[in-house]
Amino acid sequence: MSDTTTPSLAELVRQVRKTREYARLTDAIPYTRFMGIGVENLAGEMLCRMTYKPMLIGNSFLQALHGGTLGALLESAAIFELLLQTDTERVPKVISLTVDFLRSGKPQDTFARAIITRQGRRVANVRVEAWQDDRARPIATAHALFLLAEP
Amino acid sequence: MSDFSLPEDKATRLERCSLFYTDVVPHNHALGLKLVDIGPAEATVELPYADFLVGNPETGVIAGGPVTTLVDAACGTAIFLKLGRFLPIVTLDLRIDYLRPARPGLPLTAVAECYRATRQVAFVRAIVHQGDKSNPVASSQGTFMRTEE
Repeated sequence: MSDTTTPSLAELVRQVRKTREYARLTDAIPYTRFMGIGVENLAGEMLCRMTYKPMLIGNSFLQALHGGTLGALLESAAIFELLLQTDTERVPKVISLTVDFLRSGKPQDTFARAIITRQGRRVANVRVEAWQDDRARPIATAHALFLLAEP
Repeated sequence: MSDFSLPEDKATRLERCSLFYTDVVPHNHALGLKLVDIGPAEATVELPYADFLVGNPETGVIAGGPVTTLVDAACGTAIFLKLGRFLPIVTLDLRIDYLRPARPGLPLTAVAECYRATRQVAFVRAIVHQGDKSNPVASSQGTFMRTEE
């Protein structure tokens, strides 16, 4: 938990930025691999996808995704955006996360897109939206603050 | 489950609420969430440390997602306890502030309190700690809506 630098992740991030083999990065993080959260390039845009699995369900009666899984997708999308689109080479630390849940998550794949609204030297502000069938009808949105690793 | 009253006796209440985690909420079960204590409007839920929850492979620190799930689950249970029954609720919003890094290898414990419930909306606050409530890892505030008719 201290700042022990393992060069392998930084090196992996540098490589993936060039090769766009995103699965190498998302599989290197145990939690995103477990959740089935990946990064894809769709129509020239970098999106996150959380592939549906029954274990993501938060209520068996309603067959709705657990709110925590949507929070996880939104936060992961923000982290991958920072890792792949800025020069941060270590996993940014979340300072705060606020999620608005707008619609129930159906048992199907969910997408997310993160926008960095401000990137300072130490702190980044990120907004994220998640949707399923219709991007114009997001099911959850978040804004998050991250502490970027000191250069 | 539109009206599903909770028993008065604390041990039975805890047991019934625990069954909700294992039988009704697959994702709570997948993370190994365990309801360890209850109060009149308070739920204490534990998330065991596991390698598959790690968000930073360099440090072994758990990802934020499992913490969000833990807090959301504890808040929901606190509302059931406050109202004395299971009822359909949805999370409207949830804010989590990360006060210090979680230590790898230790469980995370959420303590959630539903401090106000109106006919439509419930307000919950929670902290997450690793053994010392006075030195929490995270603090949280959530708003929930009752969706029953």
